Amino acid sequence: MTSRIGVVTFPGSLDDRDTQRAIRLAGAEPVALWHKDKDLKQVDAVVLPGGFSYGDYLRAGAISRFSPVMETIIAEAKSGLPVLGICNGFQVLTEAHLLPGAMLGNNHLHFICRDQKLRVENSATAWTADFAAGQEIHIPLKNMDGRYVADARTLDMLEAEGRVVFRYVAGADEEAGAVPGVGHNPNGSLRDIAGITNETGSVVGLMPHPEHAVESLVGNGRTDGLPFFTSILKRLVSA
Amino acid sequence: MTLDTVDNATRTPDVELPWAELGLKKDEYERVVEILGRRPTGAELAMYSVMWSEHCSYKSSKVHLRQFGEKAPRSDALLVGIGENAGVVDVGQGYAVTFKVESHNHPSYVEPYQGAATGVGGIVRDIIAMGARPVAVVDPLRFGAADHPDTKRVLPGVVAGIGGYGNCLGLPNIGGEVVFDACYQGNPLVNAGAIGVMRHEDIHLAKASGAGNKVILYGARTGGDGIGGASILASETFDDAKPSKRPAVQVGDPFQEKLLIECTLEAFAEKLVVGIQDLGAAGLSCATSELASNGSGGMHVVLDDVPLRDSTLSPEEILMSESQERMCAVVEPEKVERFLAICEKWDVIATVIGEVTDGDRLEIYWHGEKIVDVDPRTVAHDGPVYERPYARPDWQDALQADDANKLPRPAGGDQLRDQVLRLVGSPNQASKAWITSQYDHLVQGNTVLAQPQDSGMIRIDEESGLGVALATDGNGRYAKLDPYHGAQLALAEAYRNVATTGARPLAVSDCLNFGSPEDPAVMWQFAEAVRGLADACQELGTPVTGGNVSLYNQTGEAAIHPTPVVAVLGVIDDVARRTPVAFQEEGQLLYLLGDTREEFGGSAWSQVVHDHLGGLPPQVDLERERLLAEILIAASRDGMADSAHDLSDGGLVQAVTESALLGGKGARLVVPDGLDAFTFLFSESAGRALVAVPRSEELRFTDMCGARGLPATRIGVVDGREEDGAVVEVQGEFSLPLTELRTAHETTIPAVLA
Amino acid sequence: MARVVVDVMLKPEILDPQGQAVQRALPRLGFEGISDVRQGKRFELEVDGPVDDAALARIHELAETFLANTVIENFTVKVEEEK
Repeated sequence: MTSRIGVVTFPGSLDDRDTQRAIRLAGAEPVALWHKDKDLKQVDAVVLPGGFSYGDYLRAGAISRFSPVMETIIAEAKSGLPVLGICNGFQVLTEAHLLPGAMLGNNHLHFICRDQKLRVENSATAWTADFAAGQEIHIPLKNMDGRYVADARTLDMLEAEGRVVFRYVAGADEEAGAVPGVGHNPNGSLRDIAGITNETGSVVGLMPHPEHAVESLVGNGRTDGLPFFTSILKRLVSA
Repeated sequence: MTLDTVDNATRTPDVELPWAELGLKKDEYERVVEILGRRPTGAELAMYSVMWSEHCSYKSSKVHLRQFGEKAPRSDALLVGIGENAGVVDVGQGYAVTFKVESHNHPSYVEPYQGAATGVGGIVRDIIAMGARPVAVVDPLRFGAADHPDTKRVLPGVVAGIGGYGNCLGLPNIGGEVVFDACYQGNPLVNAGAIGVMRHEDIHLAKASGAGNKVILYGARTGGDGIGGASILASETFDDAKPSKRPAVQVGDPFQEKLLIECTLEAFAEKLVVGIQDLGAAGLSCATSELASNGSGGMHVVLDDVPLRDSTLSPEEILMSESQERMCAVVEPEKVERFLAICEKWDVIATVIGEVTDGDRLEIYWHGEKIVDVDPRTVAHDGPVYERPYARPDWQDALQADDANKLPRPAGGDQLRDQVLRLVGSPNQASKAWITSQYDHLVQGNTVLAQPQDSGMIRIDEESGLGVALATDGNGRYAKLDPYHGAQLALAEAYRNVATTGARPLAVSDCLNFGSPEDPAVMWQFAEAVRGLADACQELGTPVTGGNVSLYNQTGEAAIHPTPVVAVLGVIDDVARRTPVAFQEEGQLLYLLGDTREEFGGSAWSQVVHDHLGGLPPQVDLERERLLAEILIAASRDGMADSAHDLSDGGLVQAVTESALLGGKGARLVVPDGLDAFTFLFSESAGRALVAVPRSEELRFTDMCGARGLPATRIGVVDGREEDGAVVEVQGEFSLPLTELRTAHETTIPAVLA
Repeated sequence: MARVVVDVMLKPEILDPQGQAVQRALPRLGFEGISDVRQGKRFELEVDGPVDDAALARIHELAETFLANTVIENFTVKVEEEK
């Protein structure tokens, strides 16, 4: 029996179908979850997809965080359910306090959509085991509110505990200078943080979109995003 | 004010109504009285005035637009033609595609962010109203000079509005244009296009049939947005921005629109909808009169049931409100409950506001009293038709005589090199990545090609790889020199851009942006452009499926360049076969397809180097365009070209620069026999493309071109990687490091706009 | 009916690019002597019934859990004077 991975659709979710496709390409069974449903349909893991849930009104992720499905996900995540938050999903995870810190508007005040180079800092999480630590990957990034912030103590703790999972690094792509004043860090995130994890490595959030790097014909034309989904699949199968 | 009911209007025939303030001419008002056999009520006047405005009725353009139907080529692909919300084209495997381009020019000048945002919202609702799932948007934009203060005010707002709204809907933005020209100062052109996909059996039309069927208004509540916007904002010249018009601008809510899309598609999937119409310009006036007039019966509407955001609105205002994110569906009584349940699932407000009746009248009630009683056809379809006078302007001859071919040309390699850098770094030719990086082009996971590729391409079937391509093009400078051929060149370029990516051009939509139709010179430009476009569509076999006309784009006496923007839709059997712009492999051979002549009228070179506009635009040879397209499609299908780029504004050197920079690879070029280096690099002769051919395919490729009679000239080779210091070299003339070209090409737009 | 106003501001240490953009525009518009601008949000809550301590406590909780994200934002609650 293959593993079932839930993908939540909030009102305003956009990349939910793309995430389902990525899960399917990785060999797992995607299961659609609805924000008004507390039932997780016995899935083995959950992805909170990208988009503008509730129009990003109030704050990105702030309203979704109080939806019925999140009530269950928050409780289950605390007892080990693997959760991946992508972009808006990452914002929901910080609003729900499943991950520390918060997301703010990009420092250059523009939406930015580009191919982004990342370094995998932690390959021991449930969602990154198929990467090698230190590996550099290209994953598309597209967001308005991607600036990760937290107080210095929290940042130091994340670094000390190895909980920074991805960092923005310089690559050929941003040398084109598409957005003036934007270097390798596309949004002003503190310490170049692109993604983090919780204490146990089961919950991971990141701004870039691995589901748009799973096929050579579309997205960024690479498959650097597939290991996210094969990692969790292996974890679930061996569990 | 007391309620002006139909009874009241009959009893008080002599009451004067403010028809002039609502934009009606005296004879138009008299025609309304004649149709009704009495004076209209206030509500009826509101409906007629807004539906008979230029924007809604096409009263000045209709007599010319007929040619698109009369000259339509026979095409088996056209499933739904002009007249519906958007045309529908058969793309095979049971799929149908609908696409359309619309203008939101005036609103975007008044309030750039909201004007552009609601432009995206409107075109997307047009697509849903055909039963299709929207799959992509494109945005052809034109602004004043790049360094003009007006451009700095308008452009960032427009770009942020398109991104802010479109990104939030989850629709990839895959194409469009950004053009700068002083003629658009005070009259930016903000056109928005969208593509939707459906199965053949799912096509929906805007009609209300079947007595007893319910009329459901769903989406946002109705507020005071854009009241009279259609008639006042879109049809009247404004000499300068009057702050008093600001309240007439609609405010968009992309989140609401996203919910509207999802809940409409779910209702379609369950086959709950008989007819559907979006609420755009003229709001409920338009939706009710069009639904009723296209159906078989009449309609009874209770305006009290319209959910309001502002409880003080009068019935006239409710009818004219242009509040965004609303749709109107006609649903059989037994399916109403399910329809409302779907709306509730998506937290979308839905209300039954009326029903289809047996008669042929549109009757609207307010507080139990009848305030509208009209034949809906007279509102929606029997608007005035003007045969506006037109005449070739007296300055046209002098403009054409001012030959750009006589301008001083660069002498020697150093001057050529310098002018190349100026050209590729000029605002019109420079990279627009600063703008397009603010749009999400990836969402939905089916984007195969997006800007800066020649056309956007979307996969519509994951199994078979079936895809569609869309290109939009327009060149106001060419059209100013010769509107007939300028319009044909716009079509030819979009057609070519679809073909260079490997897709087969199928159908056309257009957005015709012109000055005031009351100026005979402008009207001549319009008539010529339409005639040119209709003739060319006939010859290329690509029918016009629909479009949009935007008039009164002028400030005082000064009209914009005539700017027909043409969108061509193409189909490709397998998107894996698409041909990108970027050079792929070192050592591949560069071939120039087509004939290069000394053609500089309206060229980018004449603008950048001489600030000149005069002479004649490039010759049009549609038979050649068709042959070129066939060769490009065959090369894609049979793997003979690894990259291809259309040649248009900026000529060969522009194409080489873009292909080189996108691929990060240099090129060594040789000026072919019979051409001078300047003409080789800067000529804008139409019907040409640059292709990179793998050496193993060279013979097969040249044999194919030779057999079909298409000139193919070997002009060089892809050579060197950027990181190793690659150059673009024209043998015996100059050499330019890629890094220097990149700086020139990519820093201009951020520098002028950031 | 009474109105309670909740003002939400980014904490002083958090970068506020929108406020900075406004501040940078001021000299261009001829407004001198303003050394810093920070942008916040204002919520106006129309409350049924009296705004007693219990009601205020509830609004405080609402602001703390929902209107503001206390990781990055501070907030204040005040009752608006009846006119």
